[in-house]
Amino acid sequence: MSSHYEAPIREPLVTGEKSYHDISVDVGAPVLGKANKSWWIVFSIALVAFLWGLGCIIYTISTGIGVWGLNKTIGWAWDITNFVWWVGIGHAGTLISAVLLLFRQKWRMAVNRSAEAMTIFAVVQAGLFPIIHMGRPWLAYWVLPIPNQFGSLWVNFNSPLLWDVFAISTYLSVSLVFWWTGLLPDFAMIRDRAVKPFQKKIYTLLSFGWSGRAKDWQRFEEVSLVLAGLATPLVLSVHTIVSFDFATSVVPGWHSTIFPPYFVAGAIFSGFAMVQTLLIVMRKVSNLEDYITLLHIEYMNKVIILTGGIVSIAYITEYFIGWYSGSSYENYTYLSYGAATGPYWWAFWALITCNFIVPLTLWVKKWRRNIMWTFVVALVINIGMWFERFNIIVVDLSKGRTPSGWTMFSPTFVDIGIFMGTIGFFFVLFLLYARTFPVIAQAEVKTILKSSGERYKRLREAGKSLEGTATDKRTSQKDSFDAIEHEKHSGEIMLLLENVGEFDPTTQKKDHLQEINGIGPKTELHLNDIGIYSYQQISKMTKREYDLFDSISGSLRGRAERDDWAGQAKKLINK
Amino acid sequence: MEESSKVVHAIYTDDDTLMSAVKKVKAEKYHIEEVFTPFPVHGLDKAMGLAPTRIAIASFLYGLTGLTVAILMMNYMMIEDWPQNIGGKPSFSYFHNMPAFIPIMFELTVFFAAHLMVITFYLRSKIWPFRKPQNPDPRTTDDHFLMEVAVDGNESELLKLLNGTGAVEVNLVDKAH
Repeated sequence: MSSHYEAPIREPLVTGEKSYHDISVDVGAPVLGKANKSWWIVFSIALVAFLWGLGCIIYTISTGIGVWGLNKTIGWAWDITNFVWWVGIGHAGTLISAVLLLFRQKWRMAVNRSAEAMTIFAVVQAGLFPIIHMGRPWLAYWVLPIPNQFGSLWVNFNSPLLWDVFAISTYLSVSLVFWWTGLLPDFAMIRDRAVKPFQKKIYTLLSFGWSGRAKDWQRFEEVSLVLAGLATPLVLSVHTIVSFDFATSVVPGWHSTIFPPYFVAGAIFSGFAMVQTLLIVMRKVSNLEDYITLLHIEYMNKVIILTGGIVSIAYITEYFIGWYSGSSYENYTYLSYGAATGPYWWAFWALITCNFIVPLTLWVKKWRRNIMWTFVVALVINIGMWFERFNIIVVDLSKGRTPSGWTMFSPTFVDIGIFMGTIGFFFVLFLLYARTFPVIAQAEVKTILKSSGERYKRLREAGKSLEGTATDKRTSQKDSFDAIEHEKHSGEIMLLLENVGEFDPTTQKKDHLQEINGIGPKTELHLNDIGIYSYQQISKMTKREYDLFDSISGSLRGRAERDDWAGQAKKLINK
Repeated sequence: MEESSKVVHAIYTDDDTLMSAVKKVKAEKYHIEEVFTPFPVHGLDKAMGLAPTRIAIASFLYGLTGLTVAILMMNYMMIEDWPQNIGGKPSFSYFHNMPAFIPIMFELTVFFAAHLMVITFYLRSKIWPFRKPQNPDPRTTDDHFLMEVAVDGNESELLKLLNGTGAVEVNLVDKAH
């Protein structure tokens, strides 16, 4: 069909023989199934880190900021470094869901949900720091222009720290509704697939009664597009405003007009690195390798190359302008007495190595298509971008205009503990998300299945029409199994039950057979009609039983064997 | 238009089949009450003859509201109520100190445009927490497509037509409440 035209040069974005139903099953599986042991182990570690960080935060607030390693010269260090680092990480999510939507990039669809989740969880971490680094955080509400009993004393709208309040809260809230609106159809899918009553109730509540009417979809798409149009300048503005915290100051090394675009590029750079780190693990753990393919990883690597290049140019520009300005205070010129050769040389060279040299390897196609290497590079970039913020903040503050104020900074265990705590908190949220939310925007992936799915590409290349090809045998069998059929096949049914065992409803519990890939609602009814209700019974099926079932049901030839129902049932028993 | 209590639910398992069915039903001048799909089928609203949505226009107006709120708020607080000297910044008129106000003018514009539009969407499409799902068949969020056509004394003809459009199920449903 012409509506699904796709240039043959493009590689498929959904691999395998996927149908619409497969997408629902694969996306629903982690949500409707149970968590495995490794999930609980990782979750516990993250929770412990989070609780430790929480302890450090409580200790700071109840004792005073003096428990940190700050001094009179260096009043911002790990707190604001971590703040900018987390905000930066958050930027990739909006970039993927908004900017790539405006550019109609189909590959965004498999990654946008998790990238947006990452945004929200990262901005939550970032949002902690502006509060806890305050000397008197219980007066934090004074940053809001609320009428009050002090003659209505207002805030000063000249300060970038106040702009931060508006920027971060707008960013978080807009990202949240953007994400949530996109989730409604997917929650509705989970709602309609859920069997446990409590689960059904929860997802009914979360899906806001989404029904998928044509008019709803029309508005939904318009709303997504407008939100993308709003989120794109928003994402640029937020990190711009964060960069104003430094750029509008008079501190040599901070006062620089290049900061807004340079910070934004760095944010996208570090954000994509974090997306890679998370998704490379998630596609494996949640069995989503057919949706988050090597091609997605390569595309994200290309964005990393681009933004990493922009960041590198910014470093060079800073360096050049430092020398070109002729200002003796511009100690950002790394070589004068600043970063490269001073006491913080290690932080500077960590930055150059992690952000400039290592990402260059991604120019080699073989390496950027190597998942292990991508994972390593992504981790390295996350570290490098932390050092970038550390360099800008701490190194520039450590040697100011008056040499009598020069000093060094070293963090205390509380500084480090709070940072660890935010990492723990982030993973607590992300791990909970991965178990309860549809991690792939299945409604969106279904829209590109016919244009970018491997199976449909093959059909198209063979010159076949795609009309009717989405029909899935498992969900749309018209035949039904009635009493007459039962009578006709009674001999075979007896043979079949002899081998798999009878089901005793008084002592045994009926299993949800649709958990087995290849068994749809109709097939389950068939199986139940015959007298098969449990995984135990299915796990005893062999070639002979499969053939018996095939001849009884009269459809699905060889399907049971191909899908290895017995093997799947065994796994489900052991879960 | 008079409310008919009987409707026909035609269920399809393929989006392309649905599209050609919608076109056929429209060509025969039947009234399609609703189509439920698991994902946005592009061009479906055009084929059904739905009017374009005006939600983007609403969003633009909300954005203007946000901008106005930002200007009025900062002008009142910074210029009229307490015209203080904070670090030598000129507070004689809004225009004098405007560069420092731009970030918040921008953020509030986006804030109002985004949130009020989403709220409008939720209200217009009637989606909110505790709202009961309205799709008549749970399979329509998975891989089935359901077209609801009003019946008005032409049952047998309509059923014949729908059966010929590739529907896997055609059910006559009484919607009397």
